This record gives sequence, C-alpha cells and structure tokens, in this order.
Amino acid sequence: MTTAPAKAPRIQAPKRPGDRIFSTSTVVAGSIILATLAAVAIFLVAQSIPAFTAPGEEVPTGSFWSYVGPLAFGTVWAAALALLMAVPLAIGIALFISHYAPRRIAQGLGYVIDLLAAVPSVVFGLWGATVLAPMVQPFYLWLQETFGWFPLFYGQVSGTGRTVFTVAIVLAVMVLPIITALCREVFLQTPVLHEEAALALGATRWEMIKTAVLPFGRPGIISASMLGLGRALGETMAVAMVLSPSVVVSFFLLTSTNPTTIAANIALQYPEAHGLGVNVLIATGLILFVITLAVNSLARFVINRRKAFSGAN
Amino acid sequence: MATTTATRPASTGIENSLSTGRLPKWAPYALLFGSWAVLGIVFLFMQLGGMTEQYNISGAIFLGTVLYIVLIAAISGLVEGRRQATDRFVTSLVVGAFILALLPLISLLFTAVSNGAARFDLEFFTYSMRNVVGEGGGAVHAIVGTLLVTGAATLISVPIGLLTAIYLVEYGRGHLARGITFFVDVMTGIPSIVAGLFAYALFVIFFGEGVRMGIGGAVALSVLMIPVVVRSSEEILKLVPNELREAAFALGVPKWLTILKVVLPTSIAGITTGVMIAISRVIGETAPLLIIAGFTPNMNYDLGDGRMMTLPVFTYFSYANQGSDPAAYIDRAWAGALTLILIVMILNLIARFIAKAFAPKLGR
Repeated sequence: MTTAPAKAPRIQAPKRPGDRIFSTSTVVAGSIILATLAAVAIFLVAQSIPAFTAPGEEVPTGSFWSYVGPLAFGTVWAAALALLMAVPLAIGIALFISHYAPRRIAQGLGYVIDLLAAVPSVVFGLWGATVLAPMVQPFYLWLQETFGWFPLFYGQVSGTGRTVFTVAIVLAVMVLPIITALCREVFLQTPVLHEEAALALGATRWEMIKTAVLPFGRPGIISASMLGLGRALGETMAVAMVLSPSVVVSFFLLTSTNPTTIAANIALQYPEAHGLGVNVLIATGLILFVITLAVNSLARFVINRRKAFSGAN
Repeated sequence: MATTTATRPASTGIENSLSTGRLPKWAPYALLFGSWAVLGIVFLFMQLGGMTEQYNISGAIFLGTVLYIVLIAAISGLVEGRRQATDRFVTSLVVGAFILALLPLISLLFTAVSNGAARFDLEFFTYSMRNVVGEGGGAVHAIVGTLLVTGAATLISVPIGLLTAIYLVEYGRGHLARGITFFVDVMTGIPSIVAGLFAYALFVIFFGEGVRMGIGGAVALSVLMIPVVVRSSEEILKLVPNELREAAFALGVPKWLTILKVVLPTSIAGITTGVMIAISRVIGETAPLLIIAGFTPNMNYDLGDGRMMTLPVFTYFSYANQGSDPAAYIDRAWAGALTLILIVMILNLIARFIAKAFAPKLGR
C-alpha cells in the first residue's frame, strides 16, 4: 500500500503502541479462527475415542463401523440424488439469469432465487413433510405402476410419500441457491469478446453458450456442485423431519424403508442419548465432518486454482 | 438453414431478407398460449366427462408447457432449420428451469402464510408453553431464547470476524493470511450439526455430561457465523479506494487510526449489511441448538443456566412431538415457521436497503 520511495534512505515509522495493539489483535482474531477449526476436530476426536474403542456389545449394532456404515451410505445417497436434480436445474437458472433474462430485471431475479437460501431449514422440513410428501405420493404410485420394472422403483410404494426421493427433492431445492449463485458468477465472468466473437460468426445464442460460456465455466460448475454436495451432506432438519427413518442400505426410492443420514440420525437420537450413546453419535458426527471437510476443501481448491488464471479479477 | 436459403423466392422484392426463414416474433407466445388453451380444453372435457374429480389446472399448465416445447422445436425445425430449433428448445428449457425453481418458493411461502395465520395471534407472542397441553400457549419463551442466543453469537462473531477481515485486507501477507482465507472458506461448509456437537464436546469438559445451556448454542452459532462475517466484511473492505488510505498516510496518520477513522467509516454500511445477512443465516439454525440448547416449555432468561428454547427448535419440537391434540401443535409449528420466515425476510430486506442507501459512491 504505502512503501517508502526505493532510493531515498528508508524512513522508519515510529513504533506506536496503538499500531502494535491493533495489528496484534487482528492477528489474534485470525488465529482464533484457525484454532476454532482445530478445536472442532480435536474435541470431536476426543469425544469419539470411547465409541471407537468400545466393546462391540455396547453399540446398538455390534461394532461402531457396522452402525455408521448404513448411515454414511444414506448420507451420500440422499445427497447424490439431490445433486442429480439440482445441478442441471441450477445451470439452467444461472444461464437464464446471466444470459437470457432482460438485463434490467436479471439482478432482481437473482435475489428471488437467493430468497430460497434465506428460508430456514426447519421450515423446509415442515413443508416437505406436510405439503410436498402428500403431494408427490400419487406421482410415486404412477411411477411405480408405469416404470415398476426399473430397479430403483421396486417395492411397495410408501403410503405417506415420506421417502428418500422426497428428501432428495427437498435437499435439491435447498442447495439450488448456492449452486445457482456460484454458476451465475462464473457465467458472468465469461470474456465478452469470446461471446461476441461466437455471435459474430453467426452462432445462435445456444451455440454461443455451448462454445464460449460452458467451456469457460466448467471448473466453476464442478466446484459449485461440490459445494452444493457439501451442503446437502450436512443438512439435518429437512431429512430428520421428512424421512421415516431406518438404518438400512437400500437403493429403492419409493418404499417406506429408507436409509437415513448421519446428521438426521444425530438430531433424532441425541435428545434421548446418554453415556456411550452420546459418544457414538459424536463419532458419527466426526465421520460427517471428515466427509464434508474433504468435499469442501477439494471444491475450494478447484475454485482457487481457477481464480489464478481466469484473468477475471 | 441451407434449404431455406435455397427455396427463398429471389425476385418477389417485397420480403425483408433479414426476416425470411424466421418465425415471426409473436409465434412463440401464440404457440405457448395456444398449447395452454388446448390442454385446458382437454382437461375441461376430462372433468366434464367425470374422469377427474376437480379441474386439474396444474396438470393442464404442465402438459401445455410440454406440448409447447415439442411444438416450438418441431415448427422451428421445419421453418428455420435444425440450429434455430435447438436454440429455441434450449431457451424454453432454461426459462422452464427458472419457473420450476420458483414453484417450491411460492408453495412454501403460501403454505407458511395460510397455515401460520391460524395461530399468528397475540397469545402466540405473549404466552410460553408452560403447563400448556393441547390448544393455546405461545412461543414467547422461544422468541426470547432466539434473541438471546443469536445476540450472544453476534457479540462473539462480529469482533472476531471483523478483526480477521481487517487482518486479511490491511495486514495479511504470506502463509498465515492464505491459510486463514482457505480455512474460512472451508469453515463455511461445516455442517450445522457438527457445530452443535463441537459446542457440546467443549462444554461437557467444564460442566459434565448432559450439559444444555444457551451460551453453548451461541458458541455453536458463532462457528457458523464467523466465516460469513469474515467473507462479507473482507469483500467490503477491499472496495474502499486505496487513495483514501494513501491520503491519510500522507497526512501522517498512524495505520491503526487510518483503519479506525477512514476505512471502517467508509465501509460501515456494507459491513452492517454483511452482519445482518449473517444473522439471518444463523437465526434459523435448528440442529446445533437442538443439541446444545435443548428444549423446554419454560421461560429462561439466563444464557448460562440450563435449557433454553429457541424459535427453530420450537417449530421442530411442536411438529415432532405432537400431543393429544395434533392440530394445535401443527398450527403452533406453522406459526413458529411463519415468524421465522418473517424475521429472516425482514433482516434481509433491511440489509439490502442499507447496502443500497449507504453504499459508498465509487464514481464508476
């Protein structure tokens, strides 16, 4: 910011106590954040150790790993389904806001999508359980009748509609805003010259997007999806409220036995847990923490690498 | 395109060569409303014929839109060629995606207002749930709890977050700054329930097993709030023009006074906006508070003393543990949800207003 002129003899600024105190306190604040993150990991590990080392008969299903296995499966399964629905939709919305909507109202439309992000997750859960589930249940019946041969749709259709598929829809709606926002940013950074060059060569709008915008935005789309995945993996209340849970590994989307997720399991079991049960739940939380940390770090890594050579900033 | 060019009558002299081989501007709209009308009539006949019990308007609109997408692609393919047809097809898909995303938002807001209005009354805001079974009762204990917990979380997060942002923008160089930036980004992705477990694991050391207290909820929310405050404040501080800092330095003002008296006042509106957005982000968090703040039907003003109800937990609890009169509990849950939505929306609106009204004029 301010450097002394290179040639002149360097003038040492007087060491003011105010400067020292202030700069030290900012460093301390920054370090607190790092310490907090480390503390999260350390405390979770410390509280999980009893669960890892516990004799098999004290954990509900024999050993800890056979308990957490189905939960981890359910977590990844629900999040993956949600992502499968959310990503194409989010790319479409981001394209609509960045390249299709009239310039004047585009920003307002962006706010509207951001409103979805502002709705608390417990409200999504309430909505999913009392409005969405009954609404999609007839659709599930139809799906089972028509496409019953398709492996994912096997089995007796749940009478309440509160299946992992419904959860995935709710999760998709919840991660939509973050994926959309990031994709939108990336699409808007596309070099205008590339777009204009494509249009000048006679490309239609879609061809311009296909040749200029999407290739430029691909890393952004990937990392946005991974951030959305991280969000979906950790989402608790919507899953806890919508699903009628059971600890199983099941790929069937429409039946009433559904794999539950780590986060939802913690929320449902925690109030009644005691003794070793608490440690087991915290240990499952640690597993969730590790999974999301890995996904998020990878996503951030891709974004940051992108930043370096995009020339956008 | 090639075929249309070849078949264009060359010598009529009245056609505009720029618009030949293209559908007229009104064609897509006419097709859209036409398809809706056709499907509307089909469904009307189905209803009159007794095949459906009530008029299926959503089905008509949905199938009408599908029909439109097929028609526009087919007609455009015939008149304008394959490339234009693909373009029109994608355009309708993209617009459709946006409208599809609006549906849950509209449905959610509509249900929250219509179901929440039943109990959105004076009693809801003046009574706690103490000794209430069935109808009546209110959420004042939960609202007080939410205000206390969120307020404490804000008191913890804003100084740490703001100072970190100042460090990153004004002082930070090298490994520490890069590490902080990266880990703040990573921290935004911590699942909220893990933050709750962390607060529990921290407090259990001091207070023993089964600890539940409001301040624990504040700590958990801070873990979620700090990264949001850091990111938004950092963005805003970066917007402060360097000329302002240089002018202050040239006048011999120490760096810390420059930051306090020049940089912060310039960016205070943006920082306030960021803080309010961060508050609105954590005020609806349920999972960590369920774990560490617990639930209670009673009023509790003391953050350090036992269980404390909060509005999101109240909403969840009313839904999850329906007593002898389920309707009363569901109504209270929706009223709680509506209150939450209103709080979050108002915070967001005020934040946007502040950002717009007091934004520094950058002369760009």
